[in-house]
Amino acid sequence: MPAPQCASCHKARAALRRPCSGQALCGTCFCAAFEAEVLHTVVAGRLLPGAVVAVGASGGKDSTVLAHVLRELAPRLGISLQLVAVDEGIGGYRDAALAAVRRQAARWELPLTVVAYEDLFGGWTMDAVARSTAGSGRSRSCCTFCGVLRRRALEEGARLVGATHVVTGHNADDMAETVLMNFLRGDAGRLARGGGLGSPGEGGALPRCRPLQLASQKEVVLYAHFRRLDYFSEECVYAPEAFRGHARHLLKLLEAARPSAVLDLVHSAERLALAPAARPPPPGACSRCGALASRALCQACALLDGLDRGRPRLAIGKGRRGRDEGGTPREPGRVRTPVPEAVPTF
Amino acid sequence: MAAPLSVEVEFGGGAELLFDGVKKHQVTLPGQKEPWDIRNLLVWIKKNLLKERPELFMQGDSVRPGILVLINDADWELLGELDYQLQDQDSVLFISTLHGHQMGS
Repeated sequence: MPAPQCASCHKARAALRRPCSGQALCGTCFCAAFEAEVLHTVVAGRLLPGAVVAVGASGGKDSTVLAHVLRELAPRLGISLQLVAVDEGIGGYRDAALAAVRRQAARWELPLTVVAYEDLFGGWTMDAVARSTAGSGRSRSCCTFCGVLRRRALEEGARLVGATHVVTGHNADDMAETVLMNFLRGDAGRLARGGGLGSPGEGGALPRCRPLQLASQKEVVLYAHFRRLDYFSEECVYAPEAFRGHARHLLKLLEAARPSAVLDLVHSAERLALAPAARPPPPGACSRCGALASRALCQACALLDGLDRGRPRLAIGKGRRGRDEGGTPREPGRVRTPVPEAVPTF
Repeated sequence: MAAPLSVEVEFGGGAELLFDGVKKHQVTLPGQKEPWDIRNLLVWIKKNLLKERPELFMQGDSVRPGILVLINDADWELLGELDYQLQDQDSVLFISTLHGHQMGS
């Protein structure tokens, strides 16, 4: 059967059906709608004229699309862009991805800063963390470390380049997976804070925006296809064992049955309110680096602390996070983060 | 009775790694009794092109969820998915969306 006509221009044949509305659009109209949505999201995220925006760039499909669209919109928004790439120290994977980012930075003529875990986190690369955490649990826990440390590394890189905002390429699928993961782990703290999808500028951190958060992963891939964008598409060597894989698998099955399920999950999380008894106490500041923390140490400091003491699972799992033990560590796991002027009160 | 067909089969987004890293394949499908729809094309691909780990490309008689299928640059959802009847000189593109990492929750 032939494809229906585009519901927007009524001239071209439709190339896809948007999951959120079911509307059939041709390639050109879809790209226009995609870009309009990104514009709407960044305006709502208050990326105002004069903003210096650090773009988390991994060379992958999401950050490639993100940087491409923001570059097109930058003159209209009056913002300037800085690419920030994180080198986690994963041999064979990250080197190739960074090469892709460097090519993109050259092609787009955008400044690029690379920040490495090894420099920021006392010599710890992800390969070293993986060796340290191997065999200490059922599923690979090094990915949990990476998620926390990457977020911190991006923050550091953003400060280095004088950014006022940080943007990342999280798409609707990523957000929906995060919601599922927080439910599956019983993470009341994150669920209480808008389902774990974050709020701007917590604990002295730079405001964050996710311009692609309304776009499903499928749409991001199709946009990259229609715009002929080149990106790095190999899987991180540790990813097959990450917990997120389970949430992703479930989400794919749900999406096949009901295409709007991805966005619906995100909207549900935004509207979530926990029962009073379940609400965790308001978070304070990390005693080592001053970042937002619900315990004495923030997650990054607690994880690094555990690694340095040879007890990597110290900060993973309920009930034993960040608790100081007797005896001083050889090299305290400390994140070199500038302490914010004032500890925020909540 | 289906006549022989010449189609272009392309793989992207990492899917090419299952096909010896080759992205574009110019394919001649032989004349046969059954029609050349996508369902039968997948069987042919699995038998003749797929080099490793079929479970990463296919699930049952369809593609694994997360693999997008574009026929002549249009989402196969609009064209009947597995039942779409291939025409001579059609282009079928399989893009994998299953890779990479997330930036932490």
